[in-house]
Amino acid sequence: MIKSFEDLEAIRNSKRAELDLRVNSNYSGIERHILVCHGTGCTSSNSEHILENFNNLIKEKNIENVRVVKTGCFGLCSKGPIVIIRPDDTFYSHVKPEDCEEIINTHILGGQKVERLLCKDVDGSVVNKLDELPFYKKQVRIALKNCGVINPEDIDEYIAFDGFKALQKVLTEMSQEQVIETILNSGLRGRGGAGFPTGKKWDFVRIETDPEKYVVCNADEGDPGAFMDRSILEGDPNCILEAMAIAAYAVGAHHGYIYVRAEYPIAVNRLRIAIEQERAYGLLGKDICGTGFDFDIDIKLGAGAFVCGEETALLESAEGKRGQPRVKPPFPAHAGFMQHPTLINNVETYANVTRIINQGAEWYSSIGTEKSKGTKVFALGGNVNNVGLVEVPMGTTLREIVFDIGGGIPKGREFKAAQTGGPSGGCIPAQYLDVSIDYESLAEIGSMMGSGGLIVMDDSKCMVAIAKFYMEFIVDESCGKCTPCRIGTKRMLEMLTKICDGEGEPEDLDKLQKLAQTVATASVCGLGQSAPNPVLSTMRYFRDEYEEHVRDKSCRAGECKALSQVTINEELCRGCDLCKKVCPVGAIEGDVGQKHRIDQSKCIKCKTCVNTCPFHAIK
Amino acid sequence: MDGENCENCVAMRAREETLEMASKYPKAKDNLMAILNDIQVKYGYIPEPSQAAVAEYLDIPLAEVYGVITFYSRFTTIPKGKYDISVCLGTACFVKGSSDLLERAKSKLGIDEGQTTDDQMFSLETMRCVGACGLAPVFTVNDKVYGNATVKLMDEVIDELKNQG
Repeated sequence: MIKSFEDLEAIRNSKRAELDLRVNSNYSGIERHILVCHGTGCTSSNSEHILENFNNLIKEKNIENVRVVKTGCFGLCSKGPIVIIRPDDTFYSHVKPEDCEEIINTHILGGQKVERLLCKDVDGSVVNKLDELPFYKKQVRIALKNCGVINPEDIDEYIAFDGFKALQKVLTEMSQEQVIETILNSGLRGRGGAGFPTGKKWDFVRIETDPEKYVVCNADEGDPGAFMDRSILEGDPNCILEAMAIAAYAVGAHHGYIYVRAEYPIAVNRLRIAIEQERAYGLLGKDICGTGFDFDIDIKLGAGAFVCGEETALLESAEGKRGQPRVKPPFPAHAGFMQHPTLINNVETYANVTRIINQGAEWYSSIGTEKSKGTKVFALGGNVNNVGLVEVPMGTTLREIVFDIGGGIPKGREFKAAQTGGPSGGCIPAQYLDVSIDYESLAEIGSMMGSGGLIVMDDSKCMVAIAKFYMEFIVDESCGKCTPCRIGTKRMLEMLTKICDGEGEPEDLDKLQKLAQTVATASVCGLGQSAPNPVLSTMRYFRDEYEEHVRDKSCRAGECKALSQVTINEELCRGCDLCKKVCPVGAIEGDVGQKHRIDQSKCIKCKTCVNTCPFHAIK
Repeated sequence: MDGENCENCVAMRAREETLEMASKYPKAKDNLMAILNDIQVKYGYIPEPSQAAVAEYLDIPLAEVYGVITFYSRFTTIPKGKYDISVCLGTACFVKGSSDLLERAKSKLGIDEGQTTDDQMFSLETMRCVGACGLAPVFTVNDKVYGNATVKLMDEVIDELKNQG
């Protein structure tokens, strides 16, 4: 139990010296730390086993001065499982449990890097040190500063890297108004997608007179393809808890909830550990560090409903009801959880708070653009070489993210579009690659910042099929409360299906657009209002593809199976007969040694033959 | 009659176990989701006697409990198979061809999504993002994640599980 902030300072100082080698590349001591990524991606490919092997080897060989550390996500998920050796910053990628012995023998004991495991850049060049990788060069890590640096299950490591300094400053030196002013001046805006000024939101709750107020963290990250919040919770859970305590002090609340998806078991578990450790230290609970401030946090588990990311639906769900959005006003700041004033912020928003308090509003507002301050974390995925988590200053261009950080498009294909904002956002075509990533610029071109999913699509993707994909998602996830969203999106999906199946009629396109506009205007909540965005933005930039589907019954990307034909190029066919053998429906004719052909009336376009043909004769 | 497995005995046991699980939480309605989650984890679905027991414990109508269960995709009212195969249809996986994985699993198992095979061995689900987008496309069997998946891998995994029994 920590009784005062002096006790905390003592832990920080002793621990910081011990962990110095994690961040100090001039460290000259003999200690080595082997960091093993334990984010969801790397854990899925067996990083727990790697950690265990390292520990066993160190015990067996009686190696001293080496510590194996479990950390959060390093960001470059496509290279996982990742192992980093500090202080020499060696970056090993695609490590397998059986590689541990070689790393110990060659690197730790022999002092030589294991060449074959060193990470390679997109062009094939070997990367000796972490910061040489282009993937990291343009990134600025604020929200992710501790991810991949500390052990998220050890509160002492968090304390060592300035943990609870901000809380101390707030509780001992600042008034509620001063805290809010600092957040306001920093220019921080909600990172959940809408971008409302965070300081204003805090002030709305502060001025309420109801003595019972709540602070809520929205960790219901439901956008498919987005995993920023999960990575922060997995890599640095205490930073969210500390920020919630700061927010609670500023608005006058004494209880907080984290609403997190049950589909994120690792994040939930690390949050539980962090809460327990903070309680044991007295950093949560009654009279925190002798300041007289009481604050505690509990976890609420979500159960797989996308709509619960909408703040009022989240509140309904947290109260144990069906997650259907409420009509606003009243806003949660006035009548939120159990009808009491409630502050709701997204995970990434909270992740910026401690840094703003520690380093000042001026420092934070010096990063980013005029209206969008600070950084934004993106989950970069899809058809891009470096899939992973990136944090860039606002104002960075899409081109920089996709080509410099993301390493471009694999297999020499062309960039076609990037999708931001998930099912609420839109597709950005190549002509806007140089647009600045900030709230206003993205809205202008018909997309939105969203929570941070950024999916890159190459020219093999059909934009009508993508719109249909998102509409399927929305139809699944619509809560059913209001008619435009419940029925409108269903009808939109039917039209899109018709178009993809080659049965579209010319007037369908106008009907689709009109209906999309109605759904956008008349739905109750933000999700319904933004549900047509994927359709509207693809119609705006890829109208010709829609028209081809309807008029020519063709899909240039070849994704819409009903509109594509699989054919054999007779010049390339050698009559090896392999395609005939693998065809599940017997649609291929021809004798061995003769040219083969496909009976289009039988073909189901499964493309098994395309992948089988050794001469690439089938397309 | 088999004393351990008669229908009433099973129902009674589910009720008792449910009440015991629920007793960890105060009798406040906002704990409904947490209790349902525990039941789902324990049984792999939420059996009818458990639904009634939860309604009784929290003193709310059974219809309300049922309404909550059917709203959230994580809660189910039919038992899952021994191997629960779940194909990710998140955007990152979709873009990398996960719908082909789903089609293959459907045709190989002869069931649609949301269904369980008659022998109770396999159930098939879709999900939206496990967050392993770096490994896209992925599918999971129970808690194990299969990354960079292909139709061939799906075949192999299902065949292997069939052999294991």
